[in-house]
Amino acid sequence: SGDVKRVTQIGRSRFMDTLVICWRAAASIAWAVLLLPPSTAIFVFLSKFSVLHPIQTISECFSMLTSATAIFSFILLCGVIIMVGFLNFEYYTVIPTIACSKIALFGQLLHPRQLVNSLVHCIMGMIVAWCSAVTIGFRYETLGHPCAQTDGYHQMCLNEYHLILLLGGAFVGFSHSLLGVIHNMNYVSFHTVQQYKYLRFKGCLPLVVRCSATQALYSVRNFIVVYYFLGNSAHPLDSIAGLLDLSLLYHLWISATFLLFTWYIMLLLFRIFLTEGYSFPVQSSFTEDADHCLPKVLTEKQPMLLKFLALQDLALLSQHSPLRRCEVFSLSQPGGHPHNWNAISKECLSLLADLTQRLVAYHDTVATNGRAKSLSSGKDFMSPRPTAFMKTPASVFARSIAGGQQSPLTAPFTPDLDSPFMSPALRRLAAPVEQGSPWYGTVQSPHIMRRVPKLWSTSTEASSQALFADSQAHIWALEGLSYLVQASFSEDQFGVVQTTLPSILSCMLVLQEAVDRHFKLPHASSKPVRSTSSMGDSTYKTLRFALRATLKTAIYRITTTFGDHLNAVQLSAEHQKRLQQFLEYKE
Amino acid sequence: MCSLALFPPPLPYGQTTVCESNNELLSGSSTEDQLKQDFSPPSLSFPRESLKLHSRTENSSKAAFLDHSETLWMRSAAAWRDGGLTGLLNEITNSHPHVPKWLSMSSGCILALLRWVSSFHGSLFPHLTLSSEDMIAEFSQVLNWSDCVVRAFAWHPHTDKFAVALLDDSIKIYNPKSATTPTLKHRLQRNVAVVQWKPLCASALAVGCQNCLLVWHVDPCSLSTRPSAGCAHVLSHPGHAPVTSIAWSPSGSLLLSASPMDTAMMVWDVAAESCVPLQRVGGGGVTFLSWSPDGSHVLASTPSALFRVWETRMWTCERWPCIKGRCQSGCWSPDGSRLLFTVQGETVIYALTFTNTPAVPSGTSKGPHAAVVVADLSETTFNTPDGDIVVGGEIQSLAWDPRGERLAVLLKGDPRAADRSPIIAVFKTRVRPIFELLPCGFVQGEPGAEPRLMQFHPNFRHGALLTVCWSSGRITHVPFYFLSASIPRLGPSGSPTLPHVQERPADFANQSLFTELIS
Repeated sequence: SGDVKRVTQIGRSRFMDTLVICWRAAASIAWAVLLLPPSTAIFVFLSKFSVLHPIQTISECFSMLTSATAIFSFILLCGVIIMVGFLNFEYYTVIPTIACSKIALFGQLLHPRQLVNSLVHCIMGMIVAWCSAVTIGFRYETLGHPCAQTDGYHQMCLNEYHLILLLGGAFVGFSHSLLGVIHNMNYVSFHTVQQYKYLRFKGCLPLVVRCSATQALYSVRNFIVVYYFLGNSAHPLDSIAGLLDLSLLYHLWISATFLLFTWYIMLLLFRIFLTEGYSFPVQSSFTEDADHCLPKVLTEKQPMLLKFLALQDLALLSQHSPLRRCEVFSLSQPGGHPHNWNAISKECLSLLADLTQRLVAYHDTVATNGRAKSLSSGKDFMSPRPTAFMKTPASVFARSIAGGQQSPLTAPFTPDLDSPFMSPALRRLAAPVEQGSPWYGTVQSPHIMRRVPKLWSTSTEASSQALFADSQAHIWALEGLSYLVQASFSEDQFGVVQTTLPSILSCMLVLQEAVDRHFKLPHASSKPVRSTSSMGDSTYKTLRFALRATLKTAIYRITTTFGDHLNAVQLSAEHQKRLQQFLEYKE
Repeated sequence: MCSLALFPPPLPYGQTTVCESNNELLSGSSTEDQLKQDFSPPSLSFPRESLKLHSRTENSSKAAFLDHSETLWMRSAAAWRDGGLTGLLNEITNSHPHVPKWLSMSSGCILALLRWVSSFHGSLFPHLTLSSEDMIAEFSQVLNWSDCVVRAFAWHPHTDKFAVALLDDSIKIYNPKSATTPTLKHRLQRNVAVVQWKPLCASALAVGCQNCLLVWHVDPCSLSTRPSAGCAHVLSHPGHAPVTSIAWSPSGSLLLSASPMDTAMMVWDVAAESCVPLQRVGGGGVTFLSWSPDGSHVLASTPSALFRVWETRMWTCERWPCIKGRCQSGCWSPDGSRLLFTVQGETVIYALTFTNTPAVPSGTSKGPHAAVVVADLSETTFNTPDGDIVVGGEIQSLAWDPRGERLAVLLKGDPRAADRSPIIAVFKTRVRPIFELLPCGFVQGEPGAEPRLMQFHPNFRHGALLTVCWSSGRITHVPFYFLSASIPRLGPSGSPTLPHVQERPADFANQSLFTELIS
């Protein structure tokens, strides 16, 4: 019964922590709904604006905003926003999924989960478009309109202006969902600069306006092209002249901008609320709260966001708050064991060791691949590799469910890279797969390369990105450890840090060596192109550079603090030599 | 209160300040008189003639070539590329016979309107009308920057190497332990306003220049004397140029940059090449940044009579309006508790005290309510054998040594009067237990050489080492030998050597200029 009680306790505190995340998501949705009235008012004004009758515009806007249809469509819009917020919550991830090849991206796009997402976005786009059609009024208001037939009957005809707006909304919603996958829009990144939520929101607002306006422009352009080629030419609008109606284009664009703007605002608020710093207690005097404390939360795998928040908190407390650092260095009562420090340092070191192992394995595979090339140069690379083909989409599906269910810390990779992380025995078994693996093509001689379809080739840069996809965790671990060690020089009364100093130093130095070796690989040190005018967060593309810089700074932080005292630390001769380089500022 | 009167008089003509020892400034007739020391950084000289300067700018060379055989479209495209919208409008207005009359008329009207609007904007913030080179000269910490051979200087925070930016837009790195002196040149590295080494790093050097920010990675083990442009990362943001001030966080993780043209201050994550703009309305730009040594606060001054003090945990700021002019310079005490700053148009040094501990969550901590005047540097006449010498006036820059014991003040002087040349006044300071300011003396160079730029060595073992760049292109180092009066150093070097300090019975040495009252 004691075990059961313990399990329920763990369940309760885990539930409490998860509740924090849900609460934050709910708050972001509430704020997005609250921001809807002003943005709708601006949209109504802009859609009805006419230069010749400014006063009439304003009176029309007022009468519009107070009408029953407006209130009904406003309620619909609120529903859409709540739905978008819910989808954001369901699909968000703190570790981006990086497609290493075109085919992997294709697999992501065709995943049932993604298809559902696209469909829902399509429908919601249509609903928003209906609302804007009703709001704009005028010729867009209804789907049917009475038209006189030649024999005198009055019959309802299809109002194509209304239809084109609805289809436009659906198209924009669909392309938003597709672009979300391509630009990793569901990736939630953490900022290096802590700011209050309001100030962060204010700072990002111009970007949101710009992004929604430009993205709407591109989407409308694409939609017009699609409509022109797929539409029924019997309709008057489906001609070049009919589509080049400036007023129609303006209304299409402004409603697409409105749609994207409300959704982007939702996304922005969601990101801001979710990544806000959360302060976990370092220790608690009540045993039932022990699972809620930082050392315990750090070691948990699920949900991933909670682990990230805990690591962020660790990095912040190690840097800014002496009181909480003091708790980390404290001894348990009774017993006198440094449980807090042990748990924290153990978790950070295991994270770093995990990354080192991954890098070494990756490097080994690249090296073996180079050798394999000379052995199998006579083989035919044109025939499709059934194993690889079958494997690719399947593994993509398994992974992209990730959101929170799987443990991505150990396997955040696209399937092409799965092989590097198998055990050596497994790898030998899977040898043919490995040869046929997509990125095998990149090391071939040029004339064979040319015949390999572009679709299959993996960029080494992308695989390097995938390798470091979760490195934000490692960056915090490095910062937390190094700041704590630095503070321990003057604050650690019982010398609890001293005992782990050798393992911390050797762990960092081994990682440093692995990172250095990785950056010597081709393409690993090439900077990716950054897109500034997109809502997709491209922070993950440069995480490996940030990790490299943080690692070096972390080692320097320890060496400058301790200076020549480090010569007394038990380390292997090789590490001692490496450390000397740091002490002399020669790295 | 007239503090400079308590200073020992300036040296007679021909004498230079060599060092401070036994609580007094020693002088010699030439630089060869330097005392023998265990650490002597190279004293360098860059004569103006040795530099290959650009004789003319890129724009002016255009007129030397024959052209105008291009079509109007080509010319318009080129004008758009070179001069933006105003360039295009100018081109259309001027190519009169080739364009329809209405077009040239309307573009002329738009151009006039644009000029009117920009002149209106410029009247609000006069600095916006300056060219970028003049703007750097106006807001730089270097005295008379545009005419300076050494435009920027930076000691490495942990080692004895330093970087020197020269008038020909190159940067040289000197390391006493290495025979190679790498020269950094880059296509975008023009009009270097400021350089700073990244703390907790051996290789990264940030450079603020006319169009962008560059971060060089100079491998300390490399034997190359010309690192390639690939070693530099270019950081730029639209509208954020020229960069007049940069500041690395003491923990080495973030880089701040400021431009008088941009109301936002940029926080760069250099490795990720991403930036977060911290926007605040008012002030019309950011001119000077200084990060407190403990990393908790940042001073950011604007071109108007307003400066801000940011706290770096949640990045909120306090506004500090000045009465007379803009904040010209500022420096922090080593523990980050005290900020000294000077205001343009005034001859005093102000102090602000920050008492918040990082443990207290921000927002509850109360900053100071008003700045206190700690020193008055108004003009004072000294009677010397060479005649009367007037010292004092406006302050160009402040520098506080890393232990908080010496404060160097670069006085602007008056370029029109011969007897009032720029001079460096040095104060003895004490931060704990109470803040005190005592006179130390004037630092003077060779005859005819004016101080332009100064910086303290970040970890000089025997006291403080002030590096001064002179108008003659010479860089000299003035050591101040003293024993740290505050907390004994816990460093690995062990106990300091025995003092041979005798209190000099001079009347001015014990006279306190400013002593904080403990309430």
